[in-house]
Amino acid sequence: MSLVLTEDQESIRKMAREFVQRRMPTTHLRALRDGADALGYSPACWSELAGLGVAGMTFPEAVGGVGLGFAELGIVLEECGRTLAPTPIVSTVVLAGGAISLGGTDAQRARWLPGVCAGERVLALAHDEGTRHARHRVATRAEPVAGGFRITGEKSFVLDGHGADALVVAARVAGASADRAGIGLFIVPAGSPGLTVARTPLVDSRNAARVRLDGVVVPDDQVLGAPDGGAAVLDRVLDRGAIAVSAEMLGGALEAFERTVAYLKTRRQFGVLIGSFQALKHRAAQMFCEVELSRSIVLAALRALDDDGPDAALLAAAAKARTTDTFLRVAGEAIQMHGGIGVTDELDIGLFYKRARVAAMTLGDAAYQRDRYARLQGY
Amino acid sequence: MELLSGDDLEGFRAATRAWLEANCPAAMRTPARSADDDVWGGRAAVFPSDDARVWLERMGARGFTAPTWPREYGGAGLTAEQARVLDEELRSLGCRAALKSFGVWMLGPVLLQYGTEAQKLAFLPPTARGELRWCQGYSEPAAGSDLASLQTRAVLDGDAYVVDGQKVWTSHADKADWMFCLVRTDPAAPKHEGISFLLIDMRSPGVSTRPIRLISGASPFCEAFFDGVRVPAAQLVGRVNGGWAVAKALLEHERALISRMRDAAFGEDESLESIAKRYLGTVDGALADPVLRDRIAQASMDSLCNSLTLRRSAEGARSGRPPGAETSMFKLYGTELNKRRLELIVEIEGFRGVGVEGSEFSADELASTRAWLRSRANSIEGGSSEIQLNIIARRVLGLPE
Ligand SMILES: Cc1cc2nc3c(=O)[nH]c(=O)nc-3n(C[C@H](O)[C@H](O)[C@H](O)COP(=O)(O)OP(=O)(O)OC[C@H]3O[C@@H](n4cnc5c(N)ncnc54)[C@H](O)[C@@H]3O)c2cc1C
Repeated sequence: MSLVLTEDQESIRKMAREFVQRRMPTTHLRALRDGADALGYSPACWSELAGLGVAGMTFPEAVGGVGLGFAELGIVLEECGRTLAPTPIVSTVVLAGGAISLGGTDAQRARWLPGVCAGERVLALAHDEGTRHARHRVATRAEPVAGGFRITGEKSFVLDGHGADALVVAARVAGASADRAGIGLFIVPAGSPGLTVARTPLVDSRNAARVRLDGVVVPDDQVLGAPDGGAAVLDRVLDRGAIAVSAEMLGGALEAFERTVAYLKTRRQFGVLIGSFQALKHRAAQMFCEVELSRSIVLAALRALDDDGPDAALLAAAAKARTTDTFLRVAGEAIQMHGGIGVTDELDIGLFYKRARVAAMTLGDAAYQRDRYARLQGY
Repeated sequence: MELLSGDDLEGFRAATRAWLEANCPAAMRTPARSADDDVWGGRAAVFPSDDARVWLERMGARGFTAPTWPREYGGAGLTAEQARVLDEELRSLGCRAALKSFGVWMLGPVLLQYGTEAQKLAFLPPTARGELRWCQGYSEPAAGSDLASLQTRAVLDGDAYVVDGQKVWTSHADKADWMFCLVRTDPAAPKHEGISFLLIDMRSPGVSTRPIRLISGASPFCEAFFDGVRVPAAQLVGRVNGGWAVAKALLEHERALISRMRDAAFGEDESLESIAKRYLGTVDGALADPVLRDRIAQASMDSLCNSLTLRRSAEGARSGRPPGAETSMFKLYGTELNKRRLELIVEIEGFRGVGVEGSEFSADELASTRAWLRSRANSIEGGSSEIQLNIIARRVLGLPE
């Protein structure tokens, strides 16, 4: 598939940009932050975005979706990245919704996905347990009991876990922590006895939560696929998630970069525009190249998801590594090139910097992705 | 330029493959072993084998050495899409380049754009057939990155220019038949406005060359001296004092070329990780050296990103659009990547990567050592990395001077 956007995709970009810039500019994030909003995103905006087809974009029409692909969703994420617009796209649509779509029965899909597509239900994937992402490190146990499983364990930094209508929980039915085999995926509705969810506020002002499962009983009909075969689905949604976060990071990097170049053309020192200083020019030109490289790998990775290509996992690792390095570099340079005002809360640049760091860690940072890339390539 | 539909393109692919299979000698489908296998053509052409000569003759006669040039100028008249297919077929059959030629890569495209009909007919067909070998007379001792400050003088005397001055770093000047040369025709004008683009026969009285030796041990380039050399005025390309536009257009082609070039070390095909596995070994399937492993993964991802960006730019440009400021990005990034790759190979090989000669070292190791040293020039020749950054800052980002 071509790496150049089609006309339809360009009009999706226009639609997304228009909406995000009007309804969710950076002041929107500030308002949520300053009001200590419990969800970290606005259900009203999410519902409007869903009305534009964003929540159902990647799902089939049979469950209320739009039947488009990740190439299109990626465009929306990129635009959201430009204003740091917080939405439950990654948690609800890509990760948990993706897991139900890939691994669920017709009944499970029918129960959850129409609500996701309508923007009425928010879901979260409760997977990681440590302080950094690790793909198969799952110590949370799921023991068989009559008619289902009993789950005990703790999950950390669950994206949009706070306020979610249901969690898709990764828990171990067999094997030792870090084994790929023996991981199951279980749908746990909010309010289930034994489930506690506490928000863990992070510097990017979004929603992450600590989830405790204290003997939560999950009936058989809420198990996704074979109880010990969840890793196949998990691997695919984690790749999708990494690519989705990459698309958002691309947007963030672009915006921080463009704002910085604009500043280089307006700020004067020593009687000249600071953009005439070669020490800054060259770094700006290098950032330009990195942003362009990031765009190419993100486009290729999104297309690999739509083509169901065998290299989706590899491209996911490469995309997440590249956009992570790029966004961190660009956001850091953006602060430096703005000088003192760059470290004030008044200027948005700091918001990009904080988001860059959290997004970098989300679903595996650059070093993690390089390790995974090497492993996938057999070295 | 008209785009062929997918079907026609596939028809072209089949016909091209059949032609290549029938015409490419078997020995020309093996990887080139060293620079000695390269064919540069010219009046004093040296062919490493009869097969190499036959291969050039056939490719030249078919126009495939300059695939997108019009047929009347020695090309095959292919569209950009068809040329890409030809390239893919050449690769997939493992064919060696029939001809390496600055004339085809750099001069041809600007002659097509700026040359007179007589110039095109006189120079393009023999260049495409590999009968004329060209060198590039741009740099001078005092005019490197600041190329426009060049001082080699050309003064009109009747129907000829009289050229006096010196060029430096002129690749293959000692072996070339002709030079495309930048000269100053108006010393009083602002520096960009007094330059002309001249084609000079290297056999002309008053031309002499002296080779310069590189850190890689090779002597591929020279100083070139001009002492009262008479050059027919009809050999001036473009307008008098309008040579800077021609020069810049040519540099775009040169940069596009350098960014695609990869110095061969271990052939084109062996990946960094496979070299690393041989030298470093593995533990539980992972390379034994975790630090090098991380850097190899990084380099490999970056080169993936670079190829995807080249592809995206090609798809965006469709056919026919001449390369623009983005070639600066590819020149910059492609050459920096190539340097990184060769540094990594030498690091992976350890001391075996820094040998000069002798039975201790394999031919591949010695080749990679030379390629590593050669690669340092990539980010200098054709406009240094810093100059590319300047161009991106000015032309792409619009930052002030
Ligand atoms: C292998 C090889 C083959 C070559 N072949 C040819 C050939 O066939 N024909 C030909 O004409 N030339 C050729 N060249 C010459 C080449 O084009 C020049 O070397 C190049 O343009 C740089 O010029 P210089 O060597 O004078 O370096 P300088 O211009 O003196 O540069 C020295 C350093 O200063 C930096 N610098 C210069 N100006 C700026 C600036 N404005 N901003 C920031 N940094 C700056 C450079 O990036 C470099 O790091 C070749 C060079 C090499 C290495």
